[in-house]
Amino acid sequence: MTSQVSSPTGGRSDTDGNDTDGTVDGGKEVRRLDRVIIRFAGDSGDGMQLTGDRFTSETASFGNDLSTLPNFPAEIRAPAGTLPGVSSFQLHFADHDILTPGDAPNVLVAMNPAALKANLGDVPHGAEIIVNTDEFTKRPMAKVGYDSNPLEDGSLDAYNVHPVPLTTLTIEALKEFGLSRKEAERSKNMFALGLLSWMYHRPTESTEAFLRKKFAKKPQIAEANVAAFRAGWNFGETTEDFAVSYEVAPATATFPPGTYRNISGNLALSYGLIAASQQADLPLYLGSYPITPASDILHELSKHKNFGVRTFQAEDEIAGIGAALGAAFGGALAVTTTSGPGVALKSETIGLAVSLELPLLIVDIQRGGPSTGLPTKTEQADLLQAMYGRNGEAPVPIVAPRTPADCFDAALDAARIALTYRTPVFLLSDGYLANGSEPWRVPETDELPDLRVRFATGPNHELADGTEVFWPYKRDPETLARPWAVPGTPGLEHRIGGIEKQDGTGNISYDPANHDFMVRTRQAKIDGIAVPDLEVDDPTGGARTLVLGWGSTYGPITAAVRRVRAAGDAVAQAHLRNLNPFPANLGEVLRRYETVVVPEMNLGQLATLLRAKYLIDIRSHTQVSGMPFKAAQLADVLKEAIHD
Amino acid sequence: MTEALSLVPKAEAAQSMKDFKSDQEVRWCPGCGDYAILAAVQGFMPELGLARENIVFVSGIGCSSRFPYYMNTYGMHSIHGRAPAIATGLASSRRDLSVWVVTGDGDALSIGGNHLIHALRRNVNLKILLFNNRIYGLTKGQYSPTSEVGKITKSTPMGSLDAPFNPVSLAIGAEASFVARTVDSDRKHLTEVLRQAAAHPGTALVEIYQNCNIFNDGAFEALKDKDRAQEAVIRLEHGAPIRFGVDNAQGVVRDRATGDLKVVTVTAENEADVLVHDAHAASPTTAFALSRLADPDTLHRTPIGVFRSVDRPVYDTQMSDQLEAAVEQQGKGDLAALLAGNDTWTVVG
Repeated sequence: MTSQVSSPTGGRSDTDGNDTDGTVDGGKEVRRLDRVIIRFAGDSGDGMQLTGDRFTSETASFGNDLSTLPNFPAEIRAPAGTLPGVSSFQLHFADHDILTPGDAPNVLVAMNPAALKANLGDVPHGAEIIVNTDEFTKRPMAKVGYDSNPLEDGSLDAYNVHPVPLTTLTIEALKEFGLSRKEAERSKNMFALGLLSWMYHRPTESTEAFLRKKFAKKPQIAEANVAAFRAGWNFGETTEDFAVSYEVAPATATFPPGTYRNISGNLALSYGLIAASQQADLPLYLGSYPITPASDILHELSKHKNFGVRTFQAEDEIAGIGAALGAAFGGALAVTTTSGPGVALKSETIGLAVSLELPLLIVDIQRGGPSTGLPTKTEQADLLQAMYGRNGEAPVPIVAPRTPADCFDAALDAARIALTYRTPVFLLSDGYLANGSEPWRVPETDELPDLRVRFATGPNHELADGTEVFWPYKRDPETLARPWAVPGTPGLEHRIGGIEKQDGTGNISYDPANHDFMVRTRQAKIDGIAVPDLEVDDPTGGARTLVLGWGSTYGPITAAVRRVRAAGDAVAQAHLRNLNPFPANLGEVLRRYETVVVPEMNLGQLATLLRAKYLIDIRSHTQVSGMPFKAAQLADVLKEAIHD
Repeated sequence: MTEALSLVPKAEAAQSMKDFKSDQEVRWCPGCGDYAILAAVQGFMPELGLARENIVFVSGIGCSSRFPYYMNTYGMHSIHGRAPAIATGLASSRRDLSVWVVTGDGDALSIGGNHLIHALRRNVNLKILLFNNRIYGLTKGQYSPTSEVGKITKSTPMGSLDAPFNPVSLAIGAEASFVARTVDSDRKHLTEVLRQAAAHPGTALVEIYQNCNIFNDGAFEALKDKDRAQEAVIRLEHGAPIRFGVDNAQGVVRDRATGDLKVVTVTAENEADVLVHDAHAASPTTAFALSRLADPDTLHRTPIGVFRSVDRPVYDTQMSDQLEAAVEQQGKGDLAALLAGNDTWTVVG
């Protein structure tokens, strides 16, 4: 009898999991768990992402809370059977609210020796490992440096290993379909999915419907996949090797009433952009160039032309943002999507947008850098690029979502700032949020903010002689935004450009005092953007240590905070959504605590900004592995800071 | 009105050249060819009769790119080389606008070369005026991508090494649907080319030879000097035999051996062989061959006029068509339905 869950400390939610109940059902034992972490791992051609997606979908519709972590190489098909070619998908699901995809899997599905070797280090002793024994032959093992068969040499004795000849069983199950061996073998991921679906009592209808839809043009392949999926399920039910199955009850108490769906960060962000366009009553225009991990937003938006969405796949990153800026001049809600290397190329145009003072969303799905870096891995190292990466004084507001579903709200918020203040705005997501998913309460459309704007329609200034004129750089005294006068509006013909402009008239001006004034005014406009105060979570009110994060570290930081509190320590937590400008109360919040810990997936970029602005010593904790923080490790960091 | 401008609102009253002059002081060097082009464009615009507020001039960086400031229309003076990209976004999202790009040889062919060729292949409804003076003016006299080989400039004291672009050849190679060349000093010809460009649905590239009297004075003198021009300039007119020279003594014929074009002295025997210019030919081959007639150093035998003008699907029209087709196929977008998707579950309180 192996525990399904390794439990580092007591407590709930990301800290523990227990066999809470046990029943015997039809001869096989059914055990209750409060949470499980499963990792599917195989070759990049084995369909592990699809398998994970399907299991996630089944789990979401069952009503568990969940969090996912896809992890795959940049190569489309890395050399088969090698360590760099391993692709994995981790899913954490529970009967209560959870915050991360989990540190360590309770179950590893390893489709080949490379998958076993690459992932074993993360698997705690006592966990279950389901291996495809068919792949544990001499050559595949030798390829990854196994001198002896790990399934036989005792090196896996500390784990609960289920050897399953997945390939053979799949081929056997499909022999009536008349497929070649190679074709039949491809369905082995569905066999594995069927087996896991049985083990965890997942609903199966949606997967069968999905397969029939996906392979609608190849009904034979569709049915073969359904058959493999069912064979996997039946295998679990009949074979004695799998004596126990598990139930994880729906997380009913976690979720407020409402309609829910599972959503990834990039999908939520795409929907946020469409919603912003609808709420602003402006056509959405995306100018973009494909780049990992942002391309999915281009793909998604291009599907929704019936919302009046125009997507323009440009010749390069510069043209992508250029076209977006042109559309903004014409009165569209304009967006460009990219990742760090693309931001570098767009910098000059962002500077132009700052100078033209037109609304523009720059979506940066951050990935590992510098240069090409780690295209499919996550990082938060573009913060300073977004903040300062332009010539001259060119301030740009920055908004960062904290979870996959939060990308929806963050997109709306970024659009609000861009439209209200007539400025480019950075939306800083990252690879972890982009591809990870979680349940999302679908908002009612009447809950969404009103983003409607007023275009200029007539003169806004009276000259000394009484003539009414239009001044493109005469500002709103409240927001300091300039009027948005779109072509087609009679009488407001005007010229704008990247050369410094005279205050008010917008005419070219090289006057020293005017330049000083304009630089300071543009800065003041951004500094004056209304952002909500930072909220601090400190249940005891007695914490002397604050942990402050931004962006996608919210999940791991919150999970770590729960652990620390469960262990009896007091810690306060706050998370920044607005990084430029910072919330007005940030300095005051920081000064309240003896120690401020800032965990970041970079070398301390937020910490640098905070030190510079508030002259407060920050305890910077950094990690740039391309992977999200693990809650357990962060908890140790917090404990150390508290007891230092 | 032509298809190119059919969606652009018309002016309510008759316009004059004055209507298109902005209140800004023109700041090009005295004697610059840009003045003549500005006057020609301002003089031509009333003929289009478009609502002034629906006309936009977008430019990049360089002397010519100051152009929008002097036009009393909407305008954007953008960044180096990017005007075609910015104009593409504007034109593809606002089909009710007449969008013009003003650029130079450095702006369009050096730093912005990529955007130019892609605008041309997409066939966005843009009119691109490429002021070619074969020199960098605003940065004070370095050689440009159209300068002749061996050009002695501040950055090339021993002569430039790179072969120049021929903008017309480049545009034809980039799948342009409308390509023309004209000269700053020939107001009548320039206006006629603008007229045809404005009427063209899709991207029109107009190369305008423009004299920079400070850094490259006389670059096009061979084409302007009355005596020399007769032998140097080949005027292309659709449907007319391609003849030039004193008494139209020279003609362009196809070389039967190579398929290329060559210039011959026209005789009674070969007169029937003289090529009749067909700007609407489906194949770009002959237009390309015409663009290669000129000597890149001396500009001897430079064709001017419309090389190519063919109908091709227009990008922004098709983009709009796709939006309409999507509404027909899927219905008008329903935000609530989109957000909910097909796979939801309900939590009851």
